[in-house]
Amino acid sequence: MKKMSIAEALREAIREEMVRDERVFCIGEDIGITGGFGGAFTVTLGLSDQFGHERILDTPISESGFIGIAIGAAMAGMRPIADFEYGDFAFCAMDQLVNNMSKLRYMSGGKVKLPMVVRVPVGATRRGAQHAQSIESYFFHVPGIKIACPSTAYDAKGLLKTAVRDDNPVMVFEHKKLYGAKGARKVEGAMDVEQEIPDEEYLIPFGKAEVKKEGKDVTIVATLRMVYESLAAAAVLEKEGISAEVIDPRTLIPFDWECVMDSVKKTGRLLIVHEDNYTGGWGAEIAASVAEKAFDYLDAPIKRVCAPDIPVPYSPPMEDFYIPSAEKIVKAIKEII
Amino acid sequence: MENIPRDKLLGIYECMLRIREFENKIYYLFIDGFIPGTIHLYQGQEAVAAGVCANLRKDDVITSTHRPHGHAIAKGVPSGSLMAEIFGKSTGCCKGKGGSMHVGDIDVGMPPAIAIVAGGIPVAAGMALAFKFQKKNSVAVSFFGEGATNEGVFHETLNMASLWNLPVVYICENNLYAASTHIEKAFKITDIAKRADAYGMPGRTVDGNDAVAVYSAAKEAVEQARAGKGPSLLVCNTYRHGGHSRGDACTYRPKGEKEEWLKKDPLIIMENMLLEAKLLSADGIKAMKEKAEQEMIEASEFAKASPLPAPEQALEDLWA
Repeated sequence: MKKMSIAEALREAIREEMVRDERVFCIGEDIGITGGFGGAFTVTLGLSDQFGHERILDTPISESGFIGIAIGAAMAGMRPIADFEYGDFAFCAMDQLVNNMSKLRYMSGGKVKLPMVVRVPVGATRRGAQHAQSIESYFFHVPGIKIACPSTAYDAKGLLKTAVRDDNPVMVFEHKKLYGAKGARKVEGAMDVEQEIPDEEYLIPFGKAEVKKEGKDVTIVATLRMVYESLAAAAVLEKEGISAEVIDPRTLIPFDWECVMDSVKKTGRLLIVHEDNYTGGWGAEIAASVAEKAFDYLDAPIKRVCAPDIPVPYSPPMEDFYIPSAEKIVKAIKEII
Repeated sequence: MENIPRDKLLGIYECMLRIREFENKIYYLFIDGFIPGTIHLYQGQEAVAAGVCANLRKDDVITSTHRPHGHAIAKGVPSGSLMAEIFGKSTGCCKGKGGSMHVGDIDVGMPPAIAIVAGGIPVAAGMALAFKFQKKNSVAVSFFGEGATNEGVFHETLNMASLWNLPVVYICENNLYAASTHIEKAFKITDIAKRADAYGMPGRTVDGNDAVAVYSAAKEAVEQARAGKGPSLLVCNTYRHGGHSRGDACTYRPKGEKEEWLKKDPLIIMENMLLEAKLLSADGIKAMKEKAEQEMIEASEFAKASPLPAPEQALEDLWA
């Protein structure tokens, strides 16, 4: 066992997969520069020393270009891991991600494969509107892309290794405040979520949620940093006699409907929490599906705690107001109990 | 031309004829209502696909565009499965999931054509990067129109392809019009090959209606890429005989322009060249035309006779 932050766990996952399979390589901006950062959040730090600059391939500032290159490489038998330093930059590559990555296999009648991973840092961290967005929902909407959202170091390692071995495109969304609470690249407000990671290899299958805390009165579904806000809210509620079940789906595509439906059937109440804004967020889809398929089990309206429908503001009091918090979750739950 | 074997020249000519016959056939089948949606035909540009692909092996790959039928034929997609795809039939090269703008068959080195302008440019570089990793000496070729060179990803990718010395060849088919917009309205500098200088790669312009010129220039570029000496940009000046897509009467073109270009029809240029060099007789040309015509009649019969996919087959082939 070794204690690791999420950045370290992701790095170990990449290292192990690159050792195991020579088809795996990393591509992105600032990922392997000698003396550089190892990606914006140190995930690939040191890997170019071990694997060389061909397999930890630094690119110019050309997101659309390098994602298209990753797509071509995947189609021709490689297994690239592409890195957006900040998820917000993914919008520069939307054509490649949405028109090519997600569709080429389908358009080919199932003949081509795109085994590739795209790593996407998300979350507001005092940087204003363009280095802050939680953008999972944009891609949640696109058929043909799997989506992983690790909230712990253990999950980060296991999910990323599974992603590398998947024959489909996988986007891994990583929260900047969860990467680690130490080092020069840590962000303001970073949480310490270091965890013991087993020495032996493990994979985490996609589509398997984890019940982070069992409960009987209300089901909370949350990902990434919102898992921690939800657990904090559940602890507060517990003292007041309200028992909340907290579920981390870990992957949004595929989604563990069984786990969430079973929980809702037990509790009769559902609250969804995400840092993405309210309208059209993935929480809306979960709410709609539960309403369609488990309406009779519901004892109260489904609630969502999300960011408001505004860009991420810069000034700390406004940004803190923007990000969903344990307090807001507690308040929302009290409205339905 | 003296250095090019007769078989190679006849192969290029045959390929051009097959493309012309295929596209002529598609045109009438579209009018007759056999083909859903829209079509973007390649008549007039045959020398480019045929001349470039005559340099490629089966393990080389290409990326194509919204106007891909010619590239598909030149890279070796069988005409029957190609036509069936355009009909939306289950026997199509993409099982009816691609259609006219996304034809391709990875088994012959052509992933589905990418119909977003310039979208295939980085994908070709990525396949070339894979070949480099895999230590294969295969080459990737990307076809695109002149309009694509105004997309940002053209700039991004040519820079990286050159920086990393990738085995990729960029073929710009300059047919003067991006849909209805003339090159003079879209480029401050219309000499597109000059852009190669900015990326530190060779840039050349050839008469894209002269298949032999295209073949020879592409040969140099492909050999350079295959030898690990990096990418190049080859601009082929050509002209599409028809409109951008269905129902385009080309009212944006000046009177007489098309007629001038028809005199420079790539098939006529090639035929005259073969006749003058006594590589082929008039009878030989006639026989080759009939053969191509017959092939495309059979392709259309195959497409017509093929079954439509079951609606629910739409749900297959998303995930690997």
